[in-house]
This record gives sequence, C-alpha cells and structure tokens, in this order.
Amino acid sequence: MTVQFQVNRETVELDVPGARRLLDVLREDLGLTGTKEGCGEGECGACTVLLDGQVVDSCLVPICQVDGHAVTTVEGLGLDRGLGRPSPERRAVVDDLDPLQLAFLEAGGAQCGICTPGMLLAGRAFLASGAAPTDEAIREAIAGNLCRCTGYTKIIEAIALGASRQATTEAGRA
Amino acid sequence: MTLRESLGRAAAPVIVRPDAPTRGLATPRGPLRREGPAKLTGTALYTDDLVFPGAWYGATIRSTEAHARLLGIELDPAFDWSKVVVVTAADIPGPNVVNSIQDDQPILVADEIRHHAEPVALVAAPDRGLLGEAVARVRIRTEALPAVLDPLLSEHAFAHYEIESGDIAAGFAEASLVVNGEYRVGHQEQLYIENNAMIAVPRDDGGVAVHGSLQCPYYVHKALRRSLLLTDAQAQVIQAETGGGFGGKEEYPSILALHAALLARACERPVRMIYDRHEDIAATTKRHPAIVRYRSGVSADGRLVAQDIEIVMDGGAYCTLSPVVLSRGTLHSGGPYACPNVRIHSRAMATNTPPNGAFRGFGAPQTEFAAEMQVNRIAEALGESPLELRRRWLYRPGDATPTGQVLRESVAAEDVLNRGAEAAEFERVRARTALDRAGRQAGGRARSAHGIGLALGWHGAGFTGSGEVHLASLASVELGADGRIRVLIGSTEMGQGTKTIFPQMAAEALGVGIDDVELAPVDTALVPDSGPTVASRTAMVVGGLVIEACQRLRAVVESRSGDRSVGTGGSFADVYRDDARVHGATRIDQHFEPYPGVDFDDTTYRGDAYPAFGWASAVAEVDVDLDTGEVAVRSVVAADDVGRVIHPVLAEGQVEGGTLQAVGYATIEEIKLIDGRYLNDRMATYLIPTALDAPRIETILVEAPFSGAPHGAKGIGELPMDVGAPAVVAAIHDATGVWIHDLPASPERIIAALMAADAQRPHA
Repeated sequence: MTVQFQVNRETVELDVPGARRLLDVLREDLGLTGTKEGCGEGECGACTVLLDGQVVDSCLVPICQVDGHAVTTVEGLGLDRGLGRPSPERRAVVDDLDPLQLAFLEAGGAQCGICTPGMLLAGRAFLASGAAPTDEAIREAIAGNLCRCTGYTKIIEAIALGASRQATTEAGRA
Repeated sequence: MTLRESLGRAAAPVIVRPDAPTRGLATPRGPLRREGPAKLTGTALYTDDLVFPGAWYGATIRSTEAHARLLGIELDPAFDWSKVVVVTAADIPGPNVVNSIQDDQPILVADEIRHHAEPVALVAAPDRGLLGEAVARVRIRTEALPAVLDPLLSEHAFAHYEIESGDIAAGFAEASLVVNGEYRVGHQEQLYIENNAMIAVPRDDGGVAVHGSLQCPYYVHKALRRSLLLTDAQAQVIQAETGGGFGGKEEYPSILALHAALLARACERPVRMIYDRHEDIAATTKRHPAIVRYRSGVSADGRLVAQDIEIVMDGGAYCTLSPVVLSRGTLHSGGPYACPNVRIHSRAMATNTPPNGAFRGFGAPQTEFAAEMQVNRIAEALGESPLELRRRWLYRPGDATPTGQVLRESVAAEDVLNRGAEAAEFERVRARTALDRAGRQAGGRARSAHGIGLALGWHGAGFTGSGEVHLASLASVELGADGRIRVLIGSTEMGQGTKTIFPQMAAEALGVGIDDVELAPVDTALVPDSGPTVASRTAMVVGGLVIEACQRLRAVVESRSGDRSVGTGGSFADVYRDDARVHGATRIDQHFEPYPGVDFDDTTYRGDAYPAFGWASAVAEVDVDLDTGEVAVRSVVAADDVGRVIHPVLAEGQVEGGTLQAVGYATIEEIKLIDGRYLNDRMATYLIPTALDAPRIETILVEAPFSGAPHGAKGIGELPMDVGAPAVVAAIHDATGVWIHDLPASPERIIAALMAADAQRPHA
C-alpha cells in the first residue's frame, strides 16, 4: 500500500506492505538507523519513537497505522533548535546536541548507547507533558525502556537536568 | 549563566594536573564521553546499522535436543537450493573447533549434539523471505541419547581445584560453633540490549573481514585464523559500536564470526548474522549456575578458625571459559576474611545444557553470595551484629589468603565497610527494623516489612594467577609525522568508557589536552593485541601500559627538544608538533611486564592469585510484601575501592549498573530449563529490572592505590556485582526473619520460607 507520513518534519511517501513494521521502514527503507531493535516484541523500548508526540514501540506499529501521522526519531531531536539532521558520515560533536541530549552527556546517562535513542524520546515526551520532574514520575516515564548499563540513576538525573533547564529557559521567555 | 558558560567554567578532568592544558570540553566530574554525541544523535554505527551492498542474510539451524547423535542433514528436494548456500561441518577448511581453552566445541555439529540450540548447519540467502523458506526446508535427523542435566550427576569435569591452608581438622577442633550451609544460584543472562551480531565480508586476498559486536577482537581473530586457515593479515576483525557486553560478548562472538565467515566464503558475498532476542537468549552463554557448600568453625572467642568449602559449577556442554570462571570463583569463595585453616574443593561439570561462560564477576558473584550468606548466618547464631562481625574478621594489611598471598598494600576492606555502613546508617536502621520485627511477632499483622542488609566483597584485579604474563599484552602510542597523537590499543568500548579514559590518561601523561589525543579504531589491521576487554583489567593493565608508553614518548621527544631543529627546548606539549615535522613519526610499543613481587604457581595454586584486590560493600534496604513475597529494593549504598578513580562519572556508572545487575540476580532474574532447553528465552519471560524496580543507588568511591600500576587503578567493572545480591538477601532476612538460600529470592521462595517458619512457630 502507499503510505504518506511525516518523519522528523519531512513528508515521505512509500509503497510498502501495510503490515511492515514502522521500525523496519525507518531503519531499512529510510536509513534512519538511530532507532534500535532490542527484542522485537515491545519489551525493551530500544525502538521507541514518537508518533504524534506519543511514545510508541516502533517494532509493534504496522506502517499502515502511521499513514497521515507524524513520527519523531532520535535523528529529529535537534530540529527544534534548528540543528540539522545528523549523519554518520560526520562525527557528531557537542554542538549537535539539544539540551536533553546534552544533559544525558553531562550526567552520564548514555553508556553503551543502544537504549539511548529510545530513552531520549521517552524523556522528550515526558518533558513535553509538563509533569513535575520528580524521581517517581521520571521512573514511570521510562519504565518501558530497559537499560542494562546504568542502573537508571544517571538517566533519571539527566532527564531531571533537562527538565530544570527547560524550566529555566521557559522562565527566561516569560 | 548559560549552559555553555557553565561548561566553560568547569574544572579540569580529574587526573589531568591543574596546570595541564585542557582544551577539551569537560565537566567538573571528568571529560565528556568521547563517543557520546554520536550515541546521542543516533549516528553511532552498531553492527546492524552497517550497510554492505549486496549482503546476504545468514541463519543457524540448531538442535532441538539436549543430547543426540546427528544422523543426517536433509535438504527438501522440492526446494531450489541453487538460490541459497548451505554450510555444514564438512565445509570447514580447518579444524572444526571454536578456539578456546579446550578444543571441545565444534563450530558446527559433525556427529554428536551435546546441547539444545547447538549449531548444526548454516544457511544464507539474498533476502529474509527466501532465507526463512530455506531454513524451514532443512531437517536434521537424529537419534536421541541420554542427557545429563544435573551437574551433581555428571561424571565429566572440565576443571577442578583444591586449595588448602593451615590444618582444617585442627581448626574444627578449636571451634565451639560450627555452621553448615548450602547455597544455590542459577543461570543469569547478560541481556545486553544489543543482541550478538556479526557481518563477514570477503577480502580480495582470500581472507575475511568481520565487523561485529564484541569485547575481544583478538579472540575472534585467532578463531578465524585457525579454523579458516588464514594468515594474520587475511583475518581482520573490526569492532562496531557495541551495545553492552558484560562478558556475553567475550568468547561467544568467536563462533558467530566463524559462522558468518563460513557463509561469506560459501556465497562469496558479505553475510549478515544478526541474532534476534529469542536466538540470543536461547543459544548464547550465561552465568554459571553453582552449588556452594560451607562448613565454618568459630572459636569460643569469636574467631573464624575453619572454612571447608565445596563448589560445583555447571559448565554446560562445552568447556568455554569454565576453568577460569571456576578458578576465580574458588579463589574468592572464602570472602574477604582472614581464616587460618581453609580447605576449598571445586569442580566445573559438563552437562547437556547450553555452555555457560563469562559474565561480569566471572565466578565470584556465585561464591561470594554464598560466603556472605554464611557470615550473616554465623552472626545470627552468635547474636552479633553482621557489621561488627565483619569488622573483626575482614582482611587487613599483612593478612594471608588461602593461597598464601600476603596482602601487603591496597587493602581497603575496612574502609569500604565503614563508609558504606555509615552512609546507610546501618546500625540505626537495623535497630528500627528489629523493633518492627518484634512488634509483628507480638501479634501485629503487617502487610509488609522493611529490612536492611549488608555485604562485603573483594575482587581480584586483572587476570588470575599468571594470566597477565601469558597474555603479554601490547599497547602503543604514536606521534605521527603529521603531528597527531594516537593511542593504539585492542581494548574495546562497550559502554564502560574506554574511548574516554584512554585519551584522558594519555593526555595526562603527555601533558596535552584530551582532544589532542586520538584513539585508533579497534581493527586488528591497525591496533595491537592488548589482551581481551575483560576481568576489570582495561583501566588497570592496559591503562598502565598506555601511561608508560606516553611517558616514554614524552621523554624521547623532550630529550631531543634541545636540538636546534626543534626549537629551544620545552615540554612535550610545546614541541611535539615541531618534533614530528623534523623527526617524522615516533611510535612506542609498550609490552606488559610482570608486576614486581607478584608470583603465582599455577600447578600448586600457591602464591599471589592477583596483583591486587578491589574491595566493595553494599548496604541494601528492602520492603517485602508479606502476602505476596514480592521484594522492592528501595536503596543500595555501594562503597567501592577501585585504587584510583580516573573518571568519576564513568566510575559511578559502572558501580550503579553493576549494582542493578546484582539486584536483578538477587530478586527476579532466573532461567527455567525443561529437558535442557531454556524455557523463558524471551524478554517477555526473562525479566530484568526496569526503572521502577531499580533502587536509589548511592555510590561511594574509595581510593586505595595499587603501586604496581603507574596510576594506581585496580579496575571497577565487576566489583559491584559481587556484593549486591548477598546484601539484598540479608535485607530480606532482616525484614522477614527467613533466610533465602537460593537465588533469585523470588516471591515463591520467600512465601515458602515464610510458611515454613510459620509452621515451626508455636501457636498460642
């Protein structure tokens, strides 16, 4: 079937089987390999993306359900700040990072990095929700994303740091 | 103040001297993770992200029996086999063995299947659909054989050790209290979030290049060379970004690389072998299950006077690394406690279950769990605080271990114990939980109970015994003709921070900024064999080599800086670019030299088993639901002595991650087997802790430097894994009054123990 949807604000149109996983469309058809596969059954959250701003496991979403909707992947995180789409050809540097990504870098929230794209998107959705960034609320927000390296402590710190910076920025605008 | 300003004001990286230039962006707690931006933007390339045009997809045909004779591999004649390739044992050019300690594990089964999910044949096809069809049309014909599934019933030992010190009979003769215990721990899956993955690409010279998720490039290199009959140059191993290892990518990648390479050789194209989670859990190595039995004697004046220990590990169907896992488990089984009379007998047995292998801690978490359970039960029998008992018994400088190793320096057992106990307010909380428990026993019907428990552990730094001498690791640093400084090592980044701490250590030794130091990609065509990235040896052993190489490079360059051609003399940082222009490239190769005064006899098991030990304590607090038996681990205070902290954020990350793996081991992680097959071989059924299950973890880093390494570091990765589980189980006991002898302390086991305790209690 033909599906049309937005990925990181760009409109794409594809002719693919409707049952094809969003994860495979992103990684194989669009070359957006920042989204990772850890289990293929919705347990680990490594493939987390945002669908119209909502956290979903892209391994569980058939592409037919994405028709007419908007997807955000890790490659699209810098777009709000006017940062370009990153690519593996150029080594990413600190200036490529949005505030939440930078908070992960500073706090040590990324170790092996394989859960990181999913964690960042879960974190982004949490920050966008406007919920108070308590320890419990952040744990709840990333409960669907497994990490085997960090013990979660520094991921939670990173999201809290991102929230406090977002609050500072918003206060500055007001 | 903007973010950028706040970063700009940050202090220098920790081990870089205040006067050294630090042009790299640094936080007050160490330089930023070097490959962090790539990981955070999704541009870091893991194996499955690599694109090789025209690559085929590979799959493994596996056994479905625990023990059987392989009679034949049948290809359905109705299928067009010309469109795919099939590889069997007959297609292996060299020896059909996965290079390891023993030559017992075949790359593909030739005649006898020894475990479930054992590789029997390989298939590759140009697309996944065709691959699936082909795989479904391969049938393996077998004749079942009796399977040995219980290590206690096995008659084949991969290894066994006996260690005796003092006089065990005299020790028990002196004892006024004898405590017996038997403890069982099961399999644990590493569960790195990136599955094992390998892509093999044929080389023009008839060799093969493999790109993969791996810890030890030279293990894979040797396996490829040997079984594919390749020269050093024809076998090339390149590490892709690696999404976690924890030991699970130590030895396993060798067989996967062989499989991918055999298929690539057969179809003359790149072949992708990317496991899905089900295959990864079903087929790859786990932590060894173990049965550990103790008989401990305590004198009337409260000294530990005798320890008689028996360890049985389940090696699975092939030897893999079982002898060294068992060795480490054996050497740590006494715990960090002085005892004059010790006897340890241990053995690793063959069973018809998938082979077990390396996992963070490498045998020590199994035996140290048992050792700490034993100490806690002795404290209970003596009516003494578990903290006070440990303070009396723990190793102090000058004490000797069961192998006769005198602990001369860098002994921080007391320090980590005290600092952990103080930070967690162990005695205060314990007094409160004791009151709670008394209240419940007086008739209060509570739904949940709170408890606190502690554990103390030790972990030998680096390879066991003469292992480092045999490894003869090499690390290099090069000042290129173009003025670039490059560190060349085979040590891999898998999340722990290798790519950050090596530039950091080199920059400190050279007196340059961290961003002036490059790290060569891990590619066996470029980097030397620095030994495997295992055994918490990277920062200590390879880090030491890099620092020494940099010190030599600095001396060479500075010694010729007086030459008129290179200017007027000065520090390395001032002159190295000019030096390169005038003198061309300078490369320093640093070979491992045995640590002075460290001597171990592999045959008698006497001497210095490790150049130094790291020390760790954990204090855990739990809530136990008395109706369901569920345990919520609320907090863990972890105090770890790592010799020297190189990078605080990365070091804390190691302690926090290791602690949570230990909490999972203690509470929920369990593999069930049916007829030698892992029953729960999916992420939906093998559970690891989520953010909601994870305790708050407070890390205390203690520094008792090791003088044999130029920077004093002793390694960190495995330490926290040794102490988390016994601390949690001690806390469960403090909450409930029952001991859970077997891991995990699952709700089923806790409820059963509570019911048993209830049945014994006299009813009013």
